[in-house]
Amino acid sequence: MNALIFSAISGVLMMFSGFALKSGKAIRTLAHLLLLATIVATAMELRGIPFFSIKTTGMLQFDHFALLFTLIAAVSTLVFFLLSSKDMEKVGVSYAEYFALIFFVLSGVVIASAFQSLLLLFLGIEIISIPLYILTGSDKRSLKSNEASLKYFLMGAFSTGLMLMGIALIYGATGTFSTALIQASKSGVPVLLSTGMLLLLFSLSFKVSAAPFHFWTPDVYDGAPTVFTSFMATVVKAAGFIAFMRLFSDAFRDIGSEWKLTVAIIVAATLFIGNITAVFQQSVKRMLAYSSIAQAGFMMLAVYSLTAEAKEGLLLYGAAYSLATIGIFAVLIKMKDYTFEGFNGFAKQQPLVAATLVIFLLSLAGIPLTAGFLSKFLMLKATVAAGNMWLAVFAVLMAAVSVYYYFRLLQAMYFKEGRAQAIEVTPAFKVTLIGVAALTIILGVYPNLLLYWLYF
Amino acid sequence: MIVLLLFLMPLLGGLASFFIKEDRTVRSWALLASFITLAFAIVGSMPSTNASSLEFSTPWMGTLNSNFALRLDGMGKILCLLTAIAYPIILISTWKTTYRKPNNFFGLMLLTQAGLMGVFTSMDALVFYFFWELALIPVYFLCSGWGGEKRIQVTFKFFIYTFTGSVLMLIALLYLYFLTPDKSFSIESFYRLAEIKGWNQTLPFWLLFGAFAVKMPIFPFHTWQPDTYEQSPTAVTMVLSGLMVKMGVYGIIRWVLPVVSTAAYSWGDVVSTMAVIGIIYASILAIQQNDLKRLIAYSSIAHVGIMALAIFSETHLALQGVMMQMFNHGINIIGLWIVVELIERQFGTRKLSELGGIAAKAPALTILLVVMALANISLPLTNAFVGEFMMFAGIFGSTLTKYNVVFTVLALLSIILAAVYTLTMIQKVFFGPANERTVNAKDINLGEKLALSILVIMVFAFGVYPQPLLNITDGYAQSIITNSTKVLSQTFTK
Repeated sequence: MNALIFSAISGVLMMFSGFALKSGKAIRTLAHLLLLATIVATAMELRGIPFFSIKTTGMLQFDHFALLFTLIAAVSTLVFFLLSSKDMEKVGVSYAEYFALIFFVLSGVVIASAFQSLLLLFLGIEIISIPLYILTGSDKRSLKSNEASLKYFLMGAFSTGLMLMGIALIYGATGTFSTALIQASKSGVPVLLSTGMLLLLFSLSFKVSAAPFHFWTPDVYDGAPTVFTSFMATVVKAAGFIAFMRLFSDAFRDIGSEWKLTVAIIVAATLFIGNITAVFQQSVKRMLAYSSIAQAGFMMLAVYSLTAEAKEGLLLYGAAYSLATIGIFAVLIKMKDYTFEGFNGFAKQQPLVAATLVIFLLSLAGIPLTAGFLSKFLMLKATVAAGNMWLAVFAVLMAAVSVYYYFRLLQAMYFKEGRAQAIEVTPAFKVTLIGVAALTIILGVYPNLLLYWLYF
Repeated sequence: MIVLLLFLMPLLGGLASFFIKEDRTVRSWALLASFITLAFAIVGSMPSTNASSLEFSTPWMGTLNSNFALRLDGMGKILCLLTAIAYPIILISTWKTTYRKPNNFFGLMLLTQAGLMGVFTSMDALVFYFFWELALIPVYFLCSGWGGEKRIQVTFKFFIYTFTGSVLMLIALLYLYFLTPDKSFSIESFYRLAEIKGWNQTLPFWLLFGAFAVKMPIFPFHTWQPDTYEQSPTAVTMVLSGLMVKMGVYGIIRWVLPVVSTAAYSWGDVVSTMAVIGIIYASILAIQQNDLKRLIAYSSIAHVGIMALAIFSETHLALQGVMMQMFNHGINIIGLWIVVELIERQFGTRKLSELGGIAAKAPALTILLVVMALANISLPLTNAFVGEFMMFAGIFGSTLTKYNVVFTVLALLSIILAAVYTLTMIQKVFFGPANERTVNAKDINLGEKLALSILVIMVFAFGVYPQPLLNITDGYAQSIITNSTKVLSQTFTK
């Protein structure tokens, strides 16, 4: 609850700060402070100190899972701010509003991770989506950005329609919006319920860009200003999965036979399309868009298996994936040439930045000693525990394919000769990158350090 | 504690190397670190060393029931000893070779050693997997950063091959983990698995075998190997062929044979056939090579094929022979690479057709190469003879397969073929008329003589008196055989 109220108020404050604060620096500082306050508030609630006690009549449930993810999302956003908030200024004139929209997205993330009612799920997903449509089109002079925004909006609206339809059908079948009560139906599964569930499955698959509902992703990620792509592809996507996980583990766990096969097919298709298409990309930005689809396939394994470890793993996955991708995007934003060739010889230009990028790439590829490995490992473990060996084998084969495109960037930076464009990096930027890289390794080598501290 | 130091010394030494910018200092530092590791390894393999100091275990990933467990047992001792001996020799023999960014080069080399030590001592499946990858990543950077002209594609192929193998192995380990009664990754729990049946055996067997077969490499998974050996800097080729190849052999002995014994027995003939095809095929290819590095690469495939064949014969004699041969093959092939490195540095070529007539000008080099080459064809009195003889005797005496005679005869053919390509190589490189490249050949200097003569001494010492090595491995080979045949006899008496 702390995080929800803090982030919503921060959004409103940021919106009006544009009138009072004229310099970009002041706006930026205010946003950082507000986000920091949100993080502190979340951490305090996690430790058992809620500031507000509001009766939500069972619509929201701020359990450990929700709070932990809120914390991860907020910290990832902070990392994003620290690395890329300066570059947001170059997008357009409404600097303060961009921050405001991100704070609104964050409050949507809080709702989507804590909902216990289908209505709140809808609300959360919409609060996340609408600011994103605006952010995608925020580069008003660019035709590509406009196109992406329109495309995203039309497709998003369509999937929202599907979701509402699904919710209505489920309400018709069970007479309740509460996810905790849906599973109470005993005698067989009504057709209305399973249809509604499938519609929800499809619309959520759209939001997390799982195949075959992924077609918007590359265009939107490519068209949107790169700073916002970074945010969309990480925090928002992870939040979509948390909502997904919550919905299916609370409401549809008992009727697994109705959806397990469908989800397994979606997982396999997502992994296949994401990885194979990423191999053929020439632009790092598009590669990252497809890689986000591929990683979505892996995260979806948690939805497939629904074990307690998968839940924990999904949190870790969200953190590992978000941190690594934000880090890579932060460097990419500063480059002019987005192709792989643009990175040729980058390691000579910026040895330190290149070294941290290596850690992020290794983490995304799932190499041991990084957080990415451990999260992939937990997903695979859950899948094997759920008894689907073939899906696990297919997933690791696809992970081996992913090595190809992640290592291409690595090869370009280290082993190919070339004159990469010189980028300006401040010491603070470097320190943040190193911090994030260190976190990636710590989470990978000794996750208990963090996990136990959080669970105390 | 010693077992932990064996892994920590190269790890910390390697991490420190990254920060030493000066060329000579970092070389000396790496050499020093490798000597200290050697000292630990020698202390560790002494029979008088207290067994409790060879074990280390601490909780690591609590929720996963995985412990950071290391132990130095018979096979671990011999392989750690090999790794520890190889490193100083590699570093001394390539002392003159210059590298750009030497700090990174030596740092990565030592990290590889840390990974190898971890692989050979880990007693927990997850830890084993971690080290397996830890050994691979630095080698990828070494080959891509300092290799030959086509290094990027070639190393990439190598990396994708081994990575695919190792993630499949990860699935197998997970699968077995869920079958263990106490849901644990420890090797003791895995060894209790041997009673599982049917598909539960076959599936993990092939997944595990795939990973190890790529690393060894066994036909038809070998296609990455000659290219990678050719393109890597020679110091890395020595690590790859002398030490990393042993990871695959080791993996099969420790993680396949006693864990999924029934499948290993049922599929033994298939694997043996693959190994025999590989042995003959690689030997014939070796005869036709013109490049020294590729020739030795193919000869290495043939040798490893014999080891695989011997493992799946599952006799005590053969298994002990494999462990002997792992050690001795490591010594011999590093010796051969040193000679290749010396030749290439002096004459700027590795092509057999462009060399010749060196013997007259460089007698010391010739003698040392001839000794190494003869050890490579496992002539009696050289170290390789002991291991190969034990392996052939074991394969021949195997009761688990109907085809033991066929396999033995076909594998023995490789010895004849080995004589053909090795003697051709000696002839073309050292004898015959000298050409304009080799007419001004110089003999090797004292340091190089020293490094090579240590190897030559070891070749003869272990050829004449192999007992110390046999003592180290005897108990372990017996325990593996007991473990796997116990299950087999239970399965087939029922």
